[in-house]
Amino acid sequence: MANAAAAQPELSNEVAVQIAGMNKWYGEFHVLRDINLTVYKGERIVICGPSGSGKSTLIRCINRLEEHQKGDIIVDGIPLTNDLKKIDEVRREVGMVFQHFNLFPHLTVLENCTLALIWVRKTPKREAEEIAMKYLKRVKIPEQAMKYPGQLSGGQQQRVAIARALCMNPRIMLFDEPTSALDPEMIKEVLEVMVDLAQSGMTMLCVTHEMGFARQVANRVIFMDQGQIVEQNAPKEFFSNPKSERTKLFLSQILH
Amino acid sequence: MTDMLAYVRTEDAPRLPPPGRVSGPVAWAKENLFPTPFSGLATVVLGALFLYILWTLFRWAVIDAAWTGADREVCSVEGAGACWPFIKAKFGQWVYGLYPIAERWRVDICLVVGLLTLVPLLMPSVPYKLWNILFFLAVYPVMTFILLSGGVFGLLPVDTPSWGGLTLTLVIAVTGIVASFPLGIVLALGRQSAMPVVSLLSTVFIEVVRGVPLITVLFIATAMFPLFLPPGWKFDELLMALVGVALFSAAYMAEVVRGGLQAIPKGQHEAAKALGLSYWKMMALIVLPQALKIVIPGIVNSFISLFKDTTLVTTIGLFDLLGIVQLGFQDPKWASPQTPNTSYFTLAILYWVFCFGMSRYSIYTERRLHTGHKR
Ligand SMILES: Nc1ncnc2c1ncn2[C@@H]1O[C@H](COP(=O)(O)OP(=O)(O)OP(=O)(O)O)[C@@H](O)[C@H]1O
Ligand SMILES: [Mg+2]
Repeated sequence: MANAAAAQPELSNEVAVQIAGMNKWYGEFHVLRDINLTVYKGERIVICGPSGSGKSTLIRCINRLEEHQKGDIIVDGIPLTNDLKKIDEVRREVGMVFQHFNLFPHLTVLENCTLALIWVRKTPKREAEEIAMKYLKRVKIPEQAMKYPGQLSGGQQQRVAIARALCMNPRIMLFDEPTSALDPEMIKEVLEVMVDLAQSGMTMLCVTHEMGFARQVANRVIFMDQGQIVEQNAPKEFFSNPKSERTKLFLSQILH
Repeated sequence: MTDMLAYVRTEDAPRLPPPGRVSGPVAWAKENLFPTPFSGLATVVLGALFLYILWTLFRWAVIDAAWTGADREVCSVEGAGACWPFIKAKFGQWVYGLYPIAERWRVDICLVVGLLTLVPLLMPSVPYKLWNILFFLAVYPVMTFILLSGGVFGLLPVDTPSWGGLTLTLVIAVTGIVASFPLGIVLALGRQSAMPVVSLLSTVFIEVVRGVPLITVLFIATAMFPLFLPPGWKFDELLMALVGVALFSAAYMAEVVRGGLQAIPKGQHEAAKALGLSYWKMMALIVLPQALKIVIPGIVNSFISLFKDTTLVTTIGLFDLLGIVQLGFQDPKWASPQTPNTSYFTLAILYWVFCFGMSRYSIYTERRLHTGHKR
């Protein structure tokens, strides 16, 4: 990890997420095993690995959608325990984008974006709407603000979901396979927004199999298998010179 | 073989109108009523039967009916139809029950104010919803209670046993609906709660109340419950009936709402949590609005059955609309074979109008809340 940070001198030394000796079980099933990961501020990390390897579970532990049973997770200086106040604090710092968008279908696009600002951050409605429009412009769909999610295409919905998360001004963004439910021509429009976000210096943890995206913006790629981090490296090294057999096998399967 | 598979279209296929689409009443009847000889026959037979019943009903209700008269004379003649003078004579009692006639204006005020509050409340375009709801839930019940029971401000006291008729039916139904709805939501959330004690208590309550007939609940509330109270304590019968009805329908409502809660994908909870919404905000802003929308038909079903179940309070000695109508049969001045027939016929129409109204309103609400095709 230290050399990953050293290899990217433009990164700050401030730690955004610190995971140490973390383990998680689903009942008897040991789904995450001895996870150690330090994410520095401004890092863009891509997590990949075979289905069922625990990628989603890992990033969902970071905003406590899943509870870990052993080890420590410290997000932006806040340790994640059962303390509900701390969990709320962390969730306000961390934005998340899901594979299936999870927009609120009974609210308009604009209301989707302003909801948390109004009810969590207590922002006045007018101001919240201005902020929402700013981010809707940034994801290039301000004209859809008054529509309902059910009236948008998948790519548009995912961009709304990104805008919705950005409205809360998060310090860290989590993406869980944001493009894998999309048709090919829509993947591009979502990735463009994500690249733009990465270039603005956002700390990002992104589960994705879009290797082009990983090459373009990630400064670290993490490969997971069977609940463990098997290999991590800068993307160039990771793709051209994978060390572990499992990584090689995985890369040969997804890169054809 | 290969040259049979390879193919290139050389000319455009013409755009034609769809086949067999006919219009006009004759064509419609031919297609829907007489498509085959057998269905044609069925149409004729069933149609004739239907017309016959309709005609008999019309003869009974209009042609042979007695329209004016002061007592049973006009209704008990041979071959008489509906006995409308009875309905006319008793209609006041149907509405006000045994409420003192000189005091009926108090009921009128309650009914009119209730209507003036409820109608704008149900119309989405009318503003001041919050004030409207506050008035309806806080001011109106107190006002109704004071006006109806009296005893203050120089109003003649009227005990609840004298309340009756449509007034009583509406008091029970509206109280039951207004109380059971939030109670049912709380119970449904309780049953799904992660806290074992809360979940257990809600489940036990729901299962116990659902497993018992409403009549039993009413008897327990009015006859058995007072036995357990310290001597000298006494609760009003009507109050106990109201509590019984509200708790009973809350248990059903809870299960209806739980059905809706289960239909909401987990992703909605997760997205709400990830944005930092607390449990209550997540429920109030994200989950319940969607869940309740899905179960509108079930909710209205509960309301309708509650409205009709209010008739069961006759068994504990209260005269709701049905009770007061049946009381009227005992009036020797009007005793005739057609008196009950006409009364039940009218009663059925009255209940149907209320229930159909609720049903139509729910369909309207469903349409209004529809926001697009996907989940
Ligand atoms: N709620 C749960 N209860 C029990 N087991 C679960 C639960 N959620 C996930 N699992 C299991 O945990 C393992 C890791 O799941 P996870 O969703 O993190 O995998 P993933 O790497 O994201 O896979 P995919 O690429 O398919 O999304 C899987 O074997 C899965 O079956
Ligand atoms: Mg996953």
